[in-house]
Amino acid sequence: MSELQVNATAIAYLVSAVLFIMALRGLSSPDSSRKGNVMGILGMFIAITATVLNPEIVSYGWIAGALLFGGGIGFIIARRIAMTAMPQLVAGFHSLVGLAAVLVAGAAFLNPIAFDIADAMGNIFTASKIEMSLGAAIGAITFSGSIIAFLKLQGLMSGTPITLPGRHVINGALALAIVGFIGWFAIDQSISFGPVHIFWALTALSFIIGFLLIIPIGGADMPVVISMLNSYSGWAAAGIGFTLGNDALIVTGALVGSSGAILSYIMCKAMNRSFISVIAGGFGGDDAGPAAGAAEEKPYKQGSAEDAAFILKNAGKVIIVPGYGMAVAQAQHALREMADLLKSEGVDVSYAIHPVAGRMPGHMNVLLAEANVPYDEVFELDDINNEFATADVAYVIGANDVTNPAAKTDTASPIYGMPVLDVEKAKTVLFVKRSLGTGYAGVANELFFRDNTMMLLGDAKKMTEGINKALD
Amino acid sequence: MEILTEVQANPFVQQLSIFVLAVFIGYYVVWSVTPALHTPLMSVTNAISSVIIVGALIAAGPDVTSISKILGIIAIALAGVNIFGGFAVTGRMLAMYKKKK
Repeated sequence: MSELQVNATAIAYLVSAVLFIMALRGLSSPDSSRKGNVMGILGMFIAITATVLNPEIVSYGWIAGALLFGGGIGFIIARRIAMTAMPQLVAGFHSLVGLAAVLVAGAAFLNPIAFDIADAMGNIFTASKIEMSLGAAIGAITFSGSIIAFLKLQGLMSGTPITLPGRHVINGALALAIVGFIGWFAIDQSISFGPVHIFWALTALSFIIGFLLIIPIGGADMPVVISMLNSYSGWAAAGIGFTLGNDALIVTGALVGSSGAILSYIMCKAMNRSFISVIAGGFGGDDAGPAAGAAEEKPYKQGSAEDAAFILKNAGKVIIVPGYGMAVAQAQHALREMADLLKSEGVDVSYAIHPVAGRMPGHMNVLLAEANVPYDEVFELDDINNEFATADVAYVIGANDVTNPAAKTDTASPIYGMPVLDVEKAKTVLFVKRSLGTGYAGVANELFFRDNTMMLLGDAKKMTEGINKALD
Repeated sequence: MEILTEVQANPFVQQLSIFVLAVFIGYYVVWSVTPALHTPLMSVTNAISSVIIVGALIAAGPDVTSISKILGIIAIALAGVNIFGGFAVTGRMLAMYKKKK
C-alpha cells in the first residue's frame, strides 16, 4: 500500500470510531436514538469498505458470499424474533462475536505476515502474541459463556444453578493455567510445533472456563450475566484490535467493554448484590417455586377479575408494576388495553419499572413499547417511587421480589437492602400471580398478607383480559 | 528527521492511549443513555463490536487457500449475522418507542 492509502485507511477507521461513539450517544433519548442507529450502520459500512479497498484483499467472491450468507441469516432472525425473546437473542449474538474473535486470532496466528505482525522470518512479535492470545481467550470465554446463557434463557437448560463441588478451586486452577499458557506462548521462540499446541490449548481451556463460569448462575441473575458477557465481547474485540493495530476496533472494543461493565454495575446495584457474589453463583433458580411452605398458612384476600375491575374503575390514579411474569405470559398487549380502558374512564395510568425487572436491562421498556405504551408514561424506580403514596391502586403483574417491603425492614432477609418499589403505600395493591409462591430469591412476600392487598391468582394475561371484559 | 524517528513511542503505547481514552468516552457516553433504552444499547453495542470483521477480512483476503483464510471466511459470516441482525433488531426496537399522542 502507498503511504497515502495507509493514511486514508487510518482516517476512515477514525471516522467509523467517531460514528460508533455517536451511535451510543444517540441513545440518550428515544428521539435521537434512531439517528444514532443509522450512524452506527454508516460507521460499519465505512470500516468494511476501507478494509476491502486494501490491495492485498482480493478474494471478493468469498468475502461477499460469506457476508451475505451471515447477514441474510441475521436479518431474518432480527425481523422474526419476538420481543420477549430479546435476552436470548442478545446472548446468542454475543456468542458469535466471541467465536469470531477466536477465529480471527487463530487466523492471525496461522498467517502472521498477512496481518503484519511478524518479522521477515515469520516469527510473531511478542507483544502481538500476548494480544492475540488475550483476544482468543476472552473471545472463547464469551462464546461458551454466552451459549450457556442462551440455553438457560431459551429454556433449553434449567435456570436452576448447577453447582459443582469445589468449582471455585477448579475455576481458579483453570484461570492460572490460562495465564500460564499465555506467558509460555509469548516467550516461546521455537519454530517447531510447540506454539501451535500452546495457542490452541489456552483457547480450549478458555472455552471450558466460560462454560464453568456461567452454569452455576441462576436464571434470575441473568441481567448481570448478559451485561457481563456484553462487556467481555467488547474486551475480546479490543484484544483483536491491539493485535491488528486497528484503532476503530480498539475504540469500539473499549466502548462496548465499558458499556457492558456499567450495565453489570447498574444491575448488581439494583439487586444489592456484589458482582463477586453473582459470579460465584448458586443464587436462586427459576421463579415461582412454591418453596416457602410455612408462610402460606397466613390469611390473605383473594379477588376476582370483576372485583379488580371495580376497584380500578373507581380509582383516580393507577400505577402498573410489570415484571418478568408479564413477559412469560405475554400479557403486555392485554395490559395496554386495560390502561386504555381505564384512561377512557378518566383514570391516570403510569408504569413503574424496576431496573432488574425482566431478564436483561431495559427488557420491560421494550415490551411495553412493543405494546404501544408511550414511553413518557413509563418511569424508572427513582422517578416514580414517591408517587405510590398518592396512588389509589398499584397493579403488580408478574413482579414479586422487587416489591417486597422486607427488603426495607427485615435485616435477616436475603434481599435486605435491595431498592424496591413502594407499592404497599398505594391505597390498594392488586397483585396478579399464579400462586402464593416465593420469588427467585426464595423469600416470602409479606405484601400478600397485608390488609390493602388483593391477590388475583391466575395467569397474568387471562386475568388482565378478564378485567378488560369486566371494564367494557 | 532521523533523530525524530528514533524517539517515537512504541506503537503499543499509542494504541494503549487510544484504548484508555476510549474507555473514558465509553464511561461517560453510556451513563448518559436513558435506562429505557438499555436493551437497544446492548443490541447496538453487539452490532458495532462486530467491526471485528476487519480482522476477518484481512484473513480472508489473500487469493491463496489456507486454514487462515477459511477461519477468516467463517468469521466474516459470523460477524455478518451480528452486523445485519444487530442493527436490524435495534432499528426495529427503536421504531417502537413512541411519545404520548
